[in-house]
Formats: sequence, structure tokens, C-alpha cells
Amino acid sequence: MDLAYWLPVIFAGLMVVSMFAYVILDGYDLGVGILLELEKDTSEKDKMIASIGPFWDANETWLVLGVGLLLVAFPLAHGIILGELYLPVALMLLGLILRGVAFDFRVKAKAHHQAMWNTLFFVGSLLAAVSQGVMLGRYITGFAEGWGAWGFAMLVGLSLAAAYALLGAGWLMIKSTGSLQMRAVRWAQFSLGFAALATVLVSVATPWISPRVFALWFSVPNVFLLAPVPIFTAVLFAVIAYSLPRIAARQAQGNDRWCWLPFAATVGIVLLAFFGLVFSIFPHLVIDQLTIWQAASSTEALSIILAGAAIVLPTIFGYTIYSYRVFWGKAGELSYQ
Amino acid sequence: MSPDVASSLLDPIVLARIQFAANITFHILFPTISIAMGWILLFFKLRFNATGDQKWQEAYGFWVKIFALTFALGVVSGITMSFQFGTNWPGYMQTVGNIAGPLLAYEVLTAFFLEATFLGIMLFGQKKVSNRVHTFATLLVAGGTTLSAFWIIVLNSWMQTPTGFEMINGQAHVTSWLEVIFNPSMPYRLTHMLLASGLTAAFLVAGISAYRWFIGQRTNAVLAAMKTGVALAAILIPLQILVGDMHGLNTFKHQPAKIAAIEGIWETERGAPLLLFALPNAETRSNDFAIGIPKVTSLILTHELNGEIRGLNEFAEHPPVAKVFWSFRVMVGVGMLMLLTSWLAAWQLRRTNTLSPLVNKVLIGMTFSGWVATVAGWYVTEIGRQPWLVQGVLLTKDAASHVGSGMILSTLLMYLALYVFLLISYVSVVFYLAKKAGQPAGEH
Repeated sequence: MDLAYWLPVIFAGLMVVSMFAYVILDGYDLGVGILLELEKDTSEKDKMIASIGPFWDANETWLVLGVGLLLVAFPLAHGIILGELYLPVALMLLGLILRGVAFDFRVKAKAHHQAMWNTLFFVGSLLAAVSQGVMLGRYITGFAEGWGAWGFAMLVGLSLAAAYALLGAGWLMIKSTGSLQMRAVRWAQFSLGFAALATVLVSVATPWISPRVFALWFSVPNVFLLAPVPIFTAVLFAVIAYSLPRIAARQAQGNDRWCWLPFAATVGIVLLAFFGLVFSIFPHLVIDQLTIWQAASSTEALSIILAGAAIVLPTIFGYTIYSYRVFWGKAGELSYQ
Repeated sequence: MSPDVASSLLDPIVLARIQFAANITFHILFPTISIAMGWILLFFKLRFNATGDQKWQEAYGFWVKIFALTFALGVVSGITMSFQFGTNWPGYMQTVGNIAGPLLAYEVLTAFFLEATFLGIMLFGQKKVSNRVHTFATLLVAGGTTLSAFWIIVLNSWMQTPTGFEMINGQAHVTSWLEVIFNPSMPYRLTHMLLASGLTAAFLVAGISAYRWFIGQRTNAVLAAMKTGVALAAILIPLQILVGDMHGLNTFKHQPAKIAAIEGIWETERGAPLLLFALPNAETRSNDFAIGIPKVTSLILTHELNGEIRGLNEFAEHPPVAKVFWSFRVMVGVGMLMLLTSWLAAWQLRRTNTLSPLVNKVLIGMTFSGWVATVAGWYVTEIGRQPWLVQGVLLTKDAASHVGSGMILSTLLMYLALYVFLLISYVSVVFYLAKKAGQPAGEH
């Protein structure tokens, strides 16, 4: 086996897996943060936060791993990409910092400061989500300059925030009961439209901006082979749209079946979006400029990281699953006791 | 402001350094507490398991809240670091990525996920898992934070005393991982940092407990925590002075220019004095004013009264002197205060089971003294390595990015404002939690 060929491919794969895990996992907790502003009742806010309390910290670690893999496996690309994304990265970090500390401060600070920390929790979550979308938007245009490119990046920013809100609403449907669960259904309906619109816009804009991506998707036979991607995406959106009012009706009668469906379908949509993105970009790391092989670290360095990852990653999956099992079911009040 | 200073403030390398220094200074405050605090919590937990005495459970219940807050600040400020390696110092990974990369990757893989995942169970799982599993989760969190310190100190020590590699086409390639990991300064630096963390957490626990004691919360739990903090500090500080001395000897051997800056010695001399106070002047390349104890520096570093110390003028490249000189004195000064306070407090607690009002107030005043000493110590070692980023391998200026100064300056101001706000919030919430702990009320 040719290590110099395969190691960069494996690390690109690991990076995609971490980023996917990040988008799903931190996506739902950032989404809950965005939705927090729509909930006015303080004790309901507490319940929303309780549903993400034990998880958000580990969720965020997937971002550190994803960016860390970019840094250690593809240092050349890390420098170029993050240099280009300097401003949105700084704003995202600001958002993540505010959100992460607000989580703790809001229950520990003086009572009259709690409203401020709740607001900062929302602002931080929204800022992090939009900044990440802007980063994605900048990235897929190859950091093109001009109003059009930046406008497009802003659009992707808002759409990612909508997608996170959808994930967050789906998560709340699973982890909550009663009036909060009913409201989560409404929030899901609200974010669904935005997320769908955004998906369409991004899917149209990407090939429109890059002729290479256009050729990749619309040549024969690719256009037929890839047709399932948009079709399944549309089907999953339809499934969510169809299921939401029915779930609400069932819940009104105290029946909790299928409450996991919207979340699962959203995960499916994100998975398809990731597939589309990777398919469009691979084997480039910086679109049309730098391939994974040009950017990779030495094979010795990659081998030694891979050896560690092969042992440690399954362990991480194992105890992550264990942690989710410990906190399985509806979220109770968050207590250190 | 002279035009010189103004233009250097707009130099992107200077700005990138200030920004990175601001981020890393803010970040180090929190892991420094949480590394040792994890073990202190495990101690409370084990004492409770062994004795069944409710005071240990109470001490755990109070300190776990401060731990959670501290940990969160450490996590979010640490994320900044993983991005800024690339945004501010792209040349770093391009030159030594084959060494720094695997070390950083191992930190994320073996430590970050472990501590973050089991933190959830440690904080919120007490009722969901058995006591045995909960104790184990506390152990894993403490172990995870320490493991994380191990990897990052390995990398930092390698940057100070690089071994086990060869340069091929301007890139470092590993020849021996054992030599990379166990590079000459690693054992000293790791021990020094872990002890610093122990002292920082010990003075925090002692200081906050002293505050609670002072405002009338004279419970067994508060006393138990205070005794734990004071005893820990009194035991660790002499060890730290010993290890610090050994670390200094190690630096003398491997980075003599750093030692010359620490001691403020410009010309090579025999029987060098220990300068207590001096005003190093970079323009005249001498000290404007100095008070010292004759021959003591030579004695400490060479174990001979007339041993030779090489002066700064012998080195083509050396670090800025005044910053290193003064940071070192701040660190040592705080260390001496720690020795005095912790021994006095330990003696009083042992004799009378309480504190005199004066020592009580001094302990409160020294709540965050560990931060001052730790940050000053890091400035000594990091500024003392300049102008190198990796000693003898990579100059700091060669690793800098080409991001414009306007961009760095505006984000720097944003980070600074954020950090000041968070630091004030953190300190005031820690004291607020201490005050509120006296009131019987339902709390999260």
C-alpha cells in the first residue's frame, strides 16, 4: 500500500467524520441556544439548557479535533484557510466563548445578572452558528472577493443557523415533555422553511460559482448517478414537514411515539449535504488550489498519529455512547447533587 | 508616544505576538486551577467515601461548582488556541509540524475527550450512576486534565530544548520520539508546572475558605477545605522552590542567554552577585542601578563562589532583558510570600484550629496569588526564549502570518475587552458563590 497516497486520504476522511460529528452534536446544542430567545419562561429555559448540560463540552471537542486534524495533518492548508477566514473565525470564537461561559454563569451569578447571561447565551450561540456558516460560504467560493461572494457567505451563515435551530428543536422534542415539547414542534416548523430554502440556494449557487463543480455534477453519467442525493434530501424535508403536525397531535394525547423522527431526518439531510460537499471538493483542501497530497504532513508524522487514533477513537466512541446512555430519556432538572 | 513605538505597535508581528500572548495568558489561568482542583475534588470524594463525614460531601458540593465554571472557561479559551496556531503562526506548523502535530493530536485524542465526556457524568450524574462510577468519573477528569498538561508541556519543552530530530529541506523530521518527548528540560518543566497548578488551586481553596470563615461561615466543611488548602500549599511550596532551582540549573546548561537575562548580567563575570533590584538598560547594555548580594548567583548556578556566568554581550541573539528580569522577580517574590503565609497559617491552624484576623485577611488577599506567579513564570520562560520560537531552529518572526495589522489589532481589542469582562465576572462569581453558600437555599 502506498502510504504517501493513502494516509492523506485517511486523514481527510477522519477530518470529515469529526466535522460531521461536530455539526450534528454541537449543532443541536447551538440550536437550543438559538431557540432559547424564543422561550420567555425562565424555568422552561432551565429545562432547555438542562437537556444539553452534560453534553455540550464534549460536543465542542469535535471542533477541536476537526481543526486539530487540519492543523496537524495538513498544516499548509490550515495556514491558508484560517488566514483567509481570520475575521469569521474570531467572531465564531467570541460566540463560542460567550456561550460556553454563559452556560455556567447563568446559574451561578447574582439573580439580576441571570437575564444578561441568558441573552449572552443566545447571542453567543447565534454568532457562532452564523460565523460557521459564513466560513463555509467563504470556503466553497474559494475565498472569492466582492459583494456577491460575501452576500452568498452571509446567506450560508443564516442557513446554517436555521439548520442548527432545526436540530435543536428536534433534540428538544426527544428530551422534553409537555408544553416545551409542543413549542419545540412549532420552532421546528418555523426553522424547517428557512433550512429548506437555504439548502436549495446553496445547492444552486455552488455549481453556479464554480465551473468545475458544475461539470462534476451535470456531466453524464454523474447527473444520473448523483440524482439520489437531491431526491433523498427533498424526501427527508418532506418527511419532517409531514410528521411535525402529526407528532404534535399525538403528543396532545400524551403519545410520544416518533418524537425522534425529525431529529433523525435532519441528521440524514446533513449527511447528504456533507456527501455533496465532499464530492464537490475532493481531493482539494483549498478549492482548485491545493490538494490533500500537496498539503499533507510527512508520512512518519501521519503514521504515528494514525496509530494513536486507531486505538483511541473507538474508546472515545465507546465512552461517548456510555455518557449518552447515562443521561438517556427526558432531561431532568440540572443538579450537581 | 514616539513614532518608533507607534510604528512598532502596528507591526503585524508585534501585534500577533501580543494577541497570542493575551490569549494564552487568559487561557493558562483556568487549566492552572482545574488540573490540581480535579485531584482536590477526588480527595474530598475519597475522604467522604472513607469516613462518611458529611463535611467532605459539602466541601465537594461547593468546590465542584467552581471547578465547573473554571473548566468551562478553560475549554472555551483553549479552542481559541487551536485556531491561532494557524492564523498567527503558520510558519510554526510548516517547519516543526511533524513534531508539534502528533503531540497536539495526542493531547486532543487522549485527554480532551476524556475530560470533557466524564465531566458531564462528574457534574450531573451523581444520581444517575453508582457512587463507585461517580468516583471513577472524577478520577478520569482529574487524570485527563493532567494528561493534557503532560502533552502540552512536552511540546513546550521541546521548543525550549529541542532534541531527537533532523532538519531536511527546512522541515524538522523526527529521529527519535523518545528523545523528543523526554527532551532535557521536560521533566523539570512538567514538575514545575504541576506544582504551580497545585499551589494555585491550594491558595484558591485556602483563600475562598478563609473568606467564608471571615464572613462567619464557620462550618466543619469550610474548616476542612481550608485545612486542605493550607496544608497542600505548605507542603508544595518548599518542593516548588527546590524544583524551581533545579529547573534554573537545567536552563543554565541549555539556554544560558535566558539565565543571563534573568540575572541581569551583561558582561561575563566570575563571582556574579544575586541582583535583588536593578534597572536593565538595553541601550547602554548595562544596568543603570543595581542592588545585589555578592557572589550568590555564581554560587547558585555553578556551586562555586567564583564560578563564571556568561553575560548577555556574549550572545549574538538574546531575549529582552528587563521583561525577563522583572517577571522572574515577581514569580520568586510571590513564591516567598506563599512560603511565609502557608507556613504561618498551617502553624496557627494546627495550634488553635482557627486563624488570627491578620493571617485570615492575608490568605484572602492571596486567593489568586498562584495566577500571578504562574503567569510571571511563563513570561520568564517564553520571553526568555526570544527571539526564537523553537530554540535554535525557528525564529518567531519567520513563523508569523501575513494577516494585515488592522485585522489583528481589531480582533486583539475585541479579545482584550472580552477577557477583562470574563475575568471580572469569574472572580466576582467565585466570591458570590462563597457568600451565597452560607444561605440555605435550593441551588443548581
